[in-house]
Order: sequence, then structure tokens, then C-alpha cells
Amino acid sequence: MSARGLGPIELVPPGEGRTFDLGGMAIAVFRTRDGELYATQARCPHKQGPLADGLVGGRSVTCPLHARRFDLATGQAHGGECDALRTYPVFERDGQLFVELRTESQVQACRV
Amino acid sequence: MSRKQRLVVIGNGMAGARFVEELVARGGRERFEIAMFGDEPYGNYNRILLSGVLAGTHQAKDVFLNPLAWYDAHGVTLHAGHRVTAIDRALRVVHAGEVAAPYDLLVIATGSSAFLPPIDGLMKDGALVDGAFVFRTLDDCSAIRKRAETARRAAVIGGGLLGLEAARGLLGFGLQVHVVHRVSHLMEVQLDPDAGHTLSRSVEKLGVKVHLDKETVGVRTQDGAVSAVLFKDGGELACELLVVSAGIRPNAELARACGLEVARGIVVDDALQTSDPHVFSIGECAEHRGQLYGLVAPLWDQGRVLADRLTEREAAYVGSRVSTKLKVAGVELAVMGERDAQPGDEVVSYAEPSRGIYKKLLVRGGKLAGAILLGDASAAPALLQAFDRGAELPETRAELLFPSASSSCPALDLDALPEDAQVCNCNGVTKGAIVSAVKSGKRSMKVLCDATRAGTGCGSCKPQIEALLAAAAEGAVTEDPSVHWYVPGVPLPKPDLVREIRARGLKSVSAVFRELAAGRGLASGNDDPASKTGLASLLKTLWGKEYVDERDARFINDRVHANIQRDGTFSVIPRIYGGVTTPAQLRKIADVADKYEVPMVKITGGQRIDLLGIPKARLPDVWRDLGMPSGHAYAKAFRTCKTCVGTEFCRYGVGDSTALGIAIERRFQGLESPGKLKLATAGCPRNCSEATTKDVGAVAIEGGRWEIYVGGAAGSRVRKGDVLCTVDTQQDALTIIGRFLQYYREHAKFGERTWAFVERLGIDRLKSVLFDDSEGICARLDGDIQAAVDAYVDPWSEGQAPVHQTQFAERIDVPVSALKRVAGGRR
Ligand code: SRM
Ligand SMILES: Cc1cc2nc3c(=O)[nH]c(=O)nc-3n(C[C@H](O)[C@H](O)[C@H](O)COP(=O)(O)OP(=O)(O)OC[C@H]3O[C@@H](n4cnc5c(N)ncnc54)[C@H](O)[C@@H]3O)c2cc1C
Ligand code: SF4
Ligand code: FES
Repeated sequence: MSARGLGPIELVPPGEGRTFDLGGMAIAVFRTRDGELYATQARCPHKQGPLADGLVGGRSVTCPLHARRFDLATGQAHGGECDALRTYPVFERDGQLFVELRTESQVQACRV
Repeated sequence: MSRKQRLVVIGNGMAGARFVEELVARGGRERFEIAMFGDEPYGNYNRILLSGVLAGTHQAKDVFLNPLAWYDAHGVTLHAGHRVTAIDRALRVVHAGEVAAPYDLLVIATGSSAFLPPIDGLMKDGALVDGAFVFRTLDDCSAIRKRAETARRAAVIGGGLLGLEAARGLLGFGLQVHVVHRVSHLMEVQLDPDAGHTLSRSVEKLGVKVHLDKETVGVRTQDGAVSAVLFKDGGELACELLVVSAGIRPNAELARACGLEVARGIVVDDALQTSDPHVFSIGECAEHRGQLYGLVAPLWDQGRVLADRLTEREAAYVGSRVSTKLKVAGVELAVMGERDAQPGDEVVSYAEPSRGIYKKLLVRGGKLAGAILLGDASAAPALLQAFDRGAELPETRAELLFPSASSSCPALDLDALPEDAQVCNCNGVTKGAIVSAVKSGKRSMKVLCDATRAGTGCGSCKPQIEALLAAAAEGAVTEDPSVHWYVPGVPLPKPDLVREIRARGLKSVSAVFRELAAGRGLASGNDDPASKTGLASLLKTLWGKEYVDERDARFINDRVHANIQRDGTFSVIPRIYGGVTTPAQLRKIADVADKYEVPMVKITGGQRIDLLGIPKARLPDVWRDLGMPSGHAYAKAFRTCKTCVGTEFCRYGVGDSTALGIAIERRFQGLESPGKLKLATAGCPRNCSEATTKDVGAVAIEGGRWEIYVGGAAGSRVRKGDVLCTVDTQQDALTIIGRFLQYYREHAKFGERTWAFVERLGIDRLKSVLFDDSEGICARLDGDIQAAVDAYVDPWSEGQAPVHQTQFAERIDVPVSALKRVAGGRR
């Protein structure tokens, strides 16, 4: 398992998400108002909406295009109306954000 | 009365279990001792939801229809996990290992198995080689999911309905997914070549690689597990996971072995009886009139007919009309009836390959014989109804392909629908069943759907269920209490909410959640995303400059001051006051459009110019170069004031509508409000700017006076505005308009446009409050709107002074140097 640095945590304002580009593959990182961090695939499985532009609340994000809502921890879509999101472990250390990419296939998978 | 008859059912799948349910519902337990044998170690589950289980949209526990307890509760003996090995027709006994069960009547509902084409190396010791799977049962599904965790590449053999659903599910694991299909287009059983090709493109867009005309002849293994599939043309494809989905074969061996007549399936007549009068067969293993079925709708019909007959009701099975829907998120596809036209058929078709749309209807003798709807299945419910009932189609065929955009539930005639018409095609629930559940007290959508299972499959029939609920409940639909709340996450109606916010001095959205939502039993924590934008709008209106603006409470449009587009880019509409522009301004817009290679420049319906397709990161530069203020075409706020030329040039003009329009727009630009505000001014009652159907309109009349209209609409709803008053001067017009807007800001529900607001309060009340000052609040309203006007700042100024360092970042590039691995990870 390897963790990759994304930069200072301030890049993501509280309650919002941002898309990070790791050399051609993208993930969305969210920071809730309670200070929790989550990372998921960058694009919505429905019609590729940019999830980092969604509204974050509780432990969920609502896609900005057609309002499908996803649990950030499990990736599941509320009401099961959409495929689940891939999720990645993400954490902060010394003010820096890190994401864990577990397998090569996960890395591949980011290229949506 | 003689002893009860012994009824044995082999197969506890969709057909067998449904039939037993139908039988029990008809009082079958009075006549029969019922015993069932099921190969799988579970109660009965909804096989069609396995695609969802694989894709991760459903949990395995969500797909059970009847848990083991159901059988106990209904006195049905279930031998779960017992495979029947022989039927002795002479002694009328079935054998399942140690268990032997005598019968008077026997029902065979063994379904089918996945067909395994002859592929070298696919089998080892009578089982599939490690890494290869079929996709038929819950256990298959778990095994595939487990394998997908570690595999990198998956191949699905077979590009039919199931193969595609499997492939879509596998994508979610982050695998590279390939579909290998033997013939030259996907889903050739249901689709014609054009539709098949369009489907290939749509599926590829999702990320699945499609290989056509590829016959798989071998499997290569490494360390005993699949490592590649080999093709007849010499090619090969590396993969660690292989799903074989090359069709199904009826499970008819038991029947054949005991001498029943078997063709491709177990042959049954219209009574669903086999060649032995004591033995019946239903479901995928049965062959009726030369036809085998591979979908659930026909077996619901069969189960009903057999249950009717065994309880001495008259019924016959005469075949089913089939339709199906592809359950692949991101690709809409509905198919019904026949695929190919016969001579004399009328073929109606429409194709838009770039958007993956293909629609085709086969009309025979004025009725629908078949249909393919790909890329946009909005017409499916109405067509399905016409198809199921064999109804005459309307003359204008276009209406069939393109249900009118305004009705969410396309031209479905629910009244005319017979009681036994199937509404939910996934779970085979009829109109009659839904209506009687409503009559028995199931009066909210959730309770109704849970009780009848209607709408719990693919969900596409929900609009019809809602309509049936509304009709059958005769106005007594139970609603969720939240409909009275201002926002769903804070359990208070607007007046109470406003009172609490004022009393407690809550100035930020997070403060409202913390004080008013926490501990009220609402789901997951405090902030509810569906409530944030509404609260932000309200707080801004209540507190003006004192409002503590938390950016995460805003919808993306309001965070970056532009309207998000379907591809994630944005549109930029600069403000052009009153629609009056200059050559220099136009030149500047043209230059910006050139410089940023703007994909589309469009004159909007609001007398402005739209630059569409701008990436988020370029917004600040575009705004800077334009040097024009925001047109707020993205916000719930004051948008535009359309004008006509009025006295300035028009030979009929009696009032200077352009000057008034510009003054209105300058004064109220960007003002936040519960809904959008679109105004207009007209120089005479010819009303060229359509002012009478705007949120507020000012129409000049003879004598230099202005009629002020409020609550007009010509969007999704058309309504002529009501005249609030007639005023003498432009200044008076600005005052009364401001007063109305402030009152609307304070009293409307979030998202409530003025037409709904004016209708709700009534024009007489508004006249009395705003014109006659019956409540003595006019001076206060005028002061508050002035304060709001004074607080206005052009949001596009944030382009040069972002509120946050990554406000306009589309993607944050992580430099390759930062990608170095960090030992350890989370602790
Ligand atoms: C750009 C424009 C169409 C055009 O190319 O002309 C447009 C584009 C959109 N309209 Fe509109 N409307 C546009 C004029 C209108 C008009 C005509 C007008 O403004 O005079 C109407 C009827 C008047 C009205 O508002 O009632 C109109 C009634 C709607 C409605 C229905 C509102 C209603 O409650 O009846 C919606 C849906 C909504 O707001 O929920 C809507 C929603 C939309 C949205 C914002 C949908 C969305 O959320 O993405 C579209 C944004 C496209 C984009 O990304 O830019 N648009 N829309 C027009 C922009 C006008 C402008 O200069 O600001
Ligand atoms: C993943 C997937 C998705 C599908 N999606 C759809 C869809 O969207 N729409 C649609 O209409 N159809 C769909 N289908 C098809 C649908 O599920 C079948 O048509 C339906 O299940 C057939 O019902 P059945 O009872 O005939 O067979 P089954 O449901 O297969 O039931 C047969 C049962 O009999 C048992 N059995 C077999 N032999 C014996 C024996 N000797 N002793 C004891 N038990 C035995 C089997 O274990 C099985 O449990 C889908 C199928 C799959 C696999
Ligand atoms: S611009 Fe308006 S009418 Fe046109 S598609 Fe978008 S919302 Fe519909
Ligand atoms: S793209 Fe996300 S909900 Fe449609």
C-alpha cells in the first residue's frame, strides 16, 4: 500500500470538494464541516458530472448535474438509483493531504 | 371432505415461488399440502436485481422476496438446498437425496442454466476453471465480486442483455472490462444492426471495450487460473476474470429422464400441463406453443394462470408479449415485441448517433408490433401500455417517439387501463393490486411500494404508481410532514424558522443546522445538502451585510458565478442592461469569444448574449477581458429586465420603456430571491417585450402612466400577471416594484416563483398590503430593499480576488514529484 501526497489541506475549503489530477487520473477529495476527509472517483457514474462541484452535507455529496446523492464513506448511491462510487482512503498528516491507492487497477480506474 | 392433495413444486426461483404465493393468496392451502424443493440454500430472491448486486447498487440482503420465515408462516414446507434428482411418475414421488416426497400434483419450475459454449480449457474436473464464472445466482454474484477485488482485467463472453449488465457492474470495481461477442452487433436477439452499433458506442463511452465478430475458442490458464481468452482468428485477450454469458438453456433433464415430452423445453399446453396430466411446468424451463421465455413478465402470467386453474377458476395461458429494459446505468434502452419489420409494416424511426439515440417503431395495422428505444426511453411507458393492450396508435407518430416535454408522465391513460394491466413490469404488479393496496390504507408512496413491491425493481414505473396513488386515495394521500418545512433538513415551516433565526441571531448556515436541526432525529449529522442553498438564500435576505457567508452552502453555480453545463464547463452571460448594447461592447464580446475559442455564442431568450462551454479555470480571465458585470443567469436572483424600444424609436410608444427597464435592471441587479426574477417593460399595450407574463412587468399606457403586473409566467407554467396598481412616474414604478420584491423575498418559500406566490396570497391581499399599506409595513419594506440594493457587489469581481485559493481550480495538478510514495499510510 502506498500513500501519495496531494498538497496542503487548505487546498480544499471546509464543506467543499476539489478534483485532484494525479498525472492523468483524477480523484475528488472532500472535507466536511466536521473535519472528516473522503476521496472518491472524480466523475459521477450517472452522466459524468464533476462530483467535487457537488454539495457536501452530512457524509454525502450531491452531484451538481442531476442531484444523485452518494454516501462518501461507502460510495453507495442513496436509493440505489445509480452505481456506487469507488472510494479511496484519504488522511491528513502535518497539514498535508495523503491518499492511499491500493492497487494498480485502482490507479487505472481513476481514468474515467 | 377428502384429504388435502399433495402439491410438490420443484424450483424455488422466480416462477416457482411466485406461483406458490399466488396459490396461497387464492386459498390454496385449503386444498393442498404444499412442499417445495429449491436447489439454492435461501428463501426466494429477485434474480433480476442481481445485476444491481454486482454493480453495488443493491445489497444482497435487499433482493430477498420471501425469507425462510415466510414459508413457515404460510404453512409451506420448503426443502432449501435440496436438489431433486429424480421424478418417479409411476409412484408419483420425487427424490432429492435422502428426502422423498409423494405428490398428487407436481409443478416443475427449474428455470434454466447458463449455456457454456465449447471452449477449450474452460472446464476442469467438471467445474469451471478458477477465475471463470457464470452469472445466474446470488452465489455466482458473490464469487464474481470477490474475484473482481483482485483482478485487473475482465472479459465477458456474450454481448447480450446479461453480458452487458455484468460488464457494467464490473466497471465499478475499477477493472478494465471487455465484452467479447460472437456476432457482428450487440444484443442481436432484440436489436437490429443500427441499434446494436449505436449501443456499442454508448457502452464504449462508459469505458467497456467491445469486441465484435469474435468467437472465443479457448481459455489459457496460469497457475490453474484464467489468464487469457483465445479467439478463433488467432487473437487473444489477457484477463484474470472471465464471465460467460452466452445464453441460457432450460433445465429440462429431470423431465426428460422421467419420460415427459421435452422439445427445447418441457412442452406444456394452454393449461400449463405437460404430457402427464399430473405434472405442470412454468417459467424458463417450460416451452409453450414452441416458445421459450427468458424474462419474468411471462412467468408472472403463467403463475397466475396455474394458480387460478388449480383453485378451479377458469383461465388459460395463451402466451405473453415481451418487453425488456437494459439495466445499465448511463444507457437507456427499452425494447418490446418484434425486432424486424414484415412486408407491409410501417417503420417509424429516428436516429441521432452522436448522442447515442436510436428509436424505431414497427407499426402493423395501426398497432405497435415492436419498438426499440435507445438513448432516451422517456417514451417507453406510453408505448408499453399501447403494446401490452394492443391499442390503436395515434395518427401523429412523432408524439409517440417524443412525449411532450412538459408532462413527466407521458400520455398514459391510467383511467382506461384495465385492472389486470401490469404497471410494474419488474415485479409483475397490476393496476388492480396497486389500487386495492391504496384502498386498504397504503397511502404514501413508500408504504405502498413496500407493500406491493411495485416500483422496487428498475423504478421506471414510479410516475404511474404515483398517479394511481393520487387517484385511488381520493385526496387522502399521506404526505411526508417535511412538505411544510422551508427546507427538508430543518423541521420548521418558514415563519417559525425565521422567528427562531432572528431570536437566536443565527447568521450562518452551519449555525442554523447546529441550533435548529441537531438532535431532531434527522439523518446523518447536521448539515443536509438539500437544505443548504435554501438556508443561504434566506439568511442573506434576513441579515444582508451581517450574513456570514459560508461558500459550501452554495450550489456550484453560485460558488463560481456561472451556470454549470452538462459537460462540467460553464456558461457566461454578461449583463446587458435592458438589452441595449453598443458596437464597442459587441466587439469586445466577439474578441473574447475568439480569444478563448468559445464553442458557442448564443443570443438568449432574455435579450442577452451567452458564451457557452467555458472551463471553470478560465472564468476569471474571461470576465476580466469582458469587463462587464455578471448577468446572474445562474442564480436564484434578479436576472433581467427585457425592454422594447418604446418612445425612443417606436411610432406607437407612449412611455420610455427602455429607460425604465435599464433603471430597474441597474437597481435590482443580482438581488437574491427565493426564485429567479425576470422582469420586462413595454412602451405600450402591444407589449412587445411580453411584460404581462413576467414576474413583474411595467406596461406604459396613455398619459405617461405605468400599469404594474406581478406574478406573470411563460415558462413551465403560463400565467398572465395580475395588475398590482397603476403609477404615474418612473420613480413610483421603481418604488412599488422594490416593495413587491422585498415582500416576496420575505414571504415566499424557497424556489417558489412569483406566479405561485401571487396565486397563493391573492392579488387583493397584495394590493392591500403593498399599495394601501394595510399592515403599516411599506416604509420598512422600502428601507430594507434599499439596504439590499446598497449591499450589491458584482460577484465577477471575485475573478481577480478569489475568496479561496482554489475557488476556480478545475483540477488541482499534483506534480509528479509529489507522487512519491510515502511509507506507512494511515495509522
Ligand atoms: C440561456 C437560456 C436559454 C437561451 O439560450 O435562450 C436559458 C437557459 C436555461 N434555463 Fe431558462 N433560459 C433562458 C431563458 C428562459 C426564459 C425566457 C426569459 O428569460 O425571458 C424562460 C421563461 C421565463 C421564466 O423564467 O419563467 C425560462 C424558463 C426556465 C425554467 C422554467 C422556470 C419556471 O418555473 O417556469 C427553468 C427551470 C428552472 O428554473 O427550474 C429554466 C432553466 C434554465 C437552465 C438554467 C437550466 C439549468 O439549470 O441548467 C438553463 C441554463 C442553460 C445554461 O447552462 O446556460 N429556464 N428560461 C435563457 C437565458 C436568459 C437570460 O438571458 O438570462
Ligand atoms: C442477472 C440477471 C438479470 C436479469 N434481469 C432480468 C430483467 O431485468 N428482466 C427480466 O424480465 N428478466 C431478467 N432476468 C431473467 C429472469 O431472472 C428469469 O427469467 C427468471 O428468474 C426465470 O424464473 P424461473 O423461476 O423460471 O427460473 P429461476 O429463477 O432460475 O428459478 C429456478 C430455480 O430452480 C432451482 N432448481 C433448478 N433445478 C432444480 C432441481 N433439480 N431441484 C431443486 N431446485 C432446482 C434453481 O436453483 C433456481 O433457484 C435476469 C436474470 C439474471 C440471471
Ligand atoms: S435552455 Fe431551457 S428550454 Fe432549453 S433545454 Fe435548457 S432548460 Fe430546457
Ligand atoms: S451526472 Fe451526476 S447525477 Fe447526473
